Amino acid sequence: MFSINVPRLKSIPKAKNSLGLSIDDYKGAPSTLCGGCGHDSITQAIVEACFELSIVPHQVAKMSGIGCSSKTPGYFLREAHGFNAVHGRMPSVTTGAYLANREMKYLAVSGDGDTGSIGLGQFMHAIRRQLNMVYIVENNGVYGLTKGQFSATADYATTNKKKEKNGWLPIDLVGLALELGASYVARAFSGDKAQLVPLIKGALSHKGFAFLDVLSPCVSFNNHQGSSKSYQHIRDKREAAFDAVDFVPPAKAIELDYQPGMQERVQLFDGSQVLLHKTDHSYDPTDVEKALAYLRQAKAKGEIATGLFYVDSSAEDFHTVYQTTEGPLRNLEEVDLSPGQVVLDKINDALR
Amino acid sequence: MTKPSVNEFVLRIANVNGTGSASANTLVAKTIFRMGVSIGPKNMFPSNIQGLPTWYEIRVSQQGFTGRRGGVDFMVAFNGETLKSDAADVVAGGYILYDSSKFLSDAEKKKDVTYLGVPISDLAVTHFESVPKRIFLQNLIYVGVLARLLHLDQEVLMGLLSDQYAKAKDLLEANRQAIDIGARYCEEHFAYPLSFHVEKRPKPDKILLEGNDALALAALYAGATVCGWYPITPSTSVVEHFTRYCHKYRISAQGKKKFAIVQAEDEIASIGIVLGACWNGARAFTATSGPGISLMSEFFGYAYYAEVPAVIFNIQRCGPSTGMPTRSQQADLLLCAYASHGDTKHILLFPENPTECFELGMQAFDLADQLQTPVFVMSDLELGMNQFLCDPLQLKEGAAINRGKVRRAADLDKSQKPFYRYEDIDGDGIPYRSYPGESGKGAYFTRGSGHDRFGRYTESSELYQENLDRIRAKFEKARSTLPKPRYVEVEEARWLIVAFGSSIEPLREAICGLEEQGILLSLLCLKSFPFHPDCAAILDRYDHIIIVEQNQQGQMRTLMQAEGVLTPTARVHSVLHYSGNPIEAEFLKKHIQHIMGI
Repeated sequence: MFSINVPRLKSIPKAKNSLGLSIDDYKGAPSTLCGGCGHDSITQAIVEACFELSIVPHQVAKMSGIGCSSKTPGYFLREAHGFNAVHGRMPSVTTGAYLANREMKYLAVSGDGDTGSIGLGQFMHAIRRQLNMVYIVENNGVYGLTKGQFSATADYATTNKKKEKNGWLPIDLVGLALELGASYVARAFSGDKAQLVPLIKGALSHKGFAFLDVLSPCVSFNNHQGSSKSYQHIRDKREAAFDAVDFVPPAKAIELDYQPGMQERVQLFDGSQVLLHKTDHSYDPTDVEKALAYLRQAKAKGEIATGLFYVDSSAEDFHTVYQTTEGPLRNLEEVDLSPGQVVLDKINDALR
Repeated sequence: MTKPSVNEFVLRIANVNGTGSASANTLVAKTIFRMGVSIGPKNMFPSNIQGLPTWYEIRVSQQGFTGRRGGVDFMVAFNGETLKSDAADVVAGGYILYDSSKFLSDAEKKKDVTYLGVPISDLAVTHFESVPKRIFLQNLIYVGVLARLLHLDQEVLMGLLSDQYAKAKDLLEANRQAIDIGARYCEEHFAYPLSFHVEKRPKPDKILLEGNDALALAALYAGATVCGWYPITPSTSVVEHFTRYCHKYRISAQGKKKFAIVQAEDEIASIGIVLGACWNGARAFTATSGPGISLMSEFFGYAYYAEVPAVIFNIQRCGPSTGMPTRSQQADLLLCAYASHGDTKHILLFPENPTECFELGMQAFDLADQLQTPVFVMSDLELGMNQFLCDPLQLKEGAAINRGKVRRAADLDKSQKPFYRYEDIDGDGIPYRSYPGESGKGAYFTRGSGHDRFGRYTESSELYQENLDRIRAKFEKARSTLPKPRYVEVEEARWLIVAFGSSIEPLREAICGLEEQGILLSLLCLKSFPFHPDCAAILDRYDHIIIVEQNQQGQMRTLMQAEGVLTPTARVHSVLHYSGNPIEAEFLKKHIQHIMGI
């Protein structure tokens, strides 16, 4: 394997979580992405979120497609199975995996090319099906592995590294997710871990389709002036619905110091809460219409809206709607599944 | 050609689709079947909802030949639009029953057949008030005429009708009335029964079943819990039947589903769902046809390389492209055998009747798990959507579901050695897999990119080749574990016929017919690809080989040559049939004789 020296991820004191695991137990192989890549920060945020939630690593299935972003599941949770699907088709593979075993956590990482172009249809249908999964798009507006073509999320009239102008309109994955009924929708910036980690924790604790659009600058092909996905541009134009986000686990939720008017708390399926510190007092993250309006206003002002836009903690997932039997389907034995020769004889009789 | 006689003839009904003719025609077929006589019904229908020509042919054969014979002895020419071409198919001495409500001049009639005019639409208008009844009950009027002419057992016929309309008494009464109108008209106007008609016989222990229904039962009994699919003719009814069976036999005591069937957004997602479920330890399948296979191809290459089990029921139809969606062909052989880019190869199974659809369908799930690779069951529209007279379904005694090499949590957790997903521990090329969610020690990254024994990404030529060569060896070693060909050896025969799937039943009749003329032929029925080691040895024994297949380019012949079981020499001949309609014994006889120079 070739190697470029990548700065070591920030080391954290070796504290143990409630499973007795240290943060190192949540790491994977060393990243082979470019130094300074936004994706590595997201990887680190995933590691921290899983560690702090005391998730059993092997009970997570890491799903991804093709592209720089889709390589990252190799860099976290080494004790979890991963599935690196063909380009744009991760959502259907995740659907199948989730049908087979409803008890695992499905943590998917995709990119703006993998989701916004070749996989747009599958992304939309996974939302329709209400999979219980976390779907992270590491969004940099550019095809990195093929060296710098615009992706479908690149903003109109922004320029690429060769100074060519993008003539096409962008697809806003957050707006799409809200329209299609995703029940947890957020946007974050890879450079702001204080916002990103709680949002990932909230997504992992949510039951239903959780979508996170994480702006993640590409240092090699899309970090120049003229790009709307550069570190500088995002820092300048970022507007948060909330200035900070906290994730509060179920046990601590009761003793939460809550200030109505200044804060908004949203209870998740497992009893944990997401605490939002409001900058805009009228914002209501349980109202999808308001979320869409907020996004449109921000866009009109040339701002990049971030934060938890919408959450519906009463959402039902596929298996609840479908009324699938308890426990993983894949654990059912032959005796549960095959009706046997007696029934076959009856079927034969009806065909005689 | 066999002369029509008692319990030995061909009846064809020409109609317009969307007029309810299917249930009327099935009623006739099932009555004959219940009278103990072998039948082979074929439905030839358009890709349309209402208004285009459709045909239903019933082969009646006491000898037990249930494929198409060729030619028609009795034609119900109920579609004025096709009357002329329908008449052309009727053999000399045959009969044409037509709707005489519209005038048909003698000049328009064929000379060597008997025309039986029944004013069917006039009778319907006279006896029924509502428009739907006047349309739909016309079919039952000709059933009434046929009942007398062909001497159908009244009790059997009425019993079937009562079963069909058990929940709609008024419809039952109207249907009975229409049959009576036809029967009375026949009694008053024609001499009946005809010289060829149906006589009751002791009922053989056979069932009447569609291939698609049998595949659904295979999935049910093999323990498939997940199905991802997309509607496409002629495969849709596989999933419809599977859904029906699951609702009947797979509901838990708490009323919950022990299955998950998802109609996906397209075929790509369908196979993605199957791979995801199989990777996660469930048994899963999809049912599709040629266009779906084309779309799924990228995933097939993935599953081959990353070694993910999957079962695909391919109900083939006429290509290329959209082709003729409701007509049958065996033209996806090359596509499926090597689907996807790069060096790939896939396992194909070829059932020849619904009983085998059930058996090979079940085996497909075992093979997919054992070999950790996609397995295709290659059916076709003819086999899938027509009822076949076949042996009752039987589970193999003592056989249990075989999930192949899986290292479960208990085993992994106590192991001192690291888990290598792609290591050939047993020397058969088949590695061990682990299920996600069970043990951190079994974790690996499933990928379509170059990987080493551990499953790690690699661009090392050596590690890449080592892995690819192991997969090839796995297929090579698996050949002897695949279903064996069925070999019908005729002593002193110097010619061997090779065939598979839905060609076999009419071929059986052709071979028997030729044998009566003193022409000796052996038969090799292929059951699987890659070819079983027995195939080459059998082929070597013959001076001449004729490969019968239902496509234009001789795809099976190409496969056999490409795989080295057959050398391309002058001794190899092809009979190719690609009209889209089920192959006929007469066609086969004619072409085999031509090749043999007889």
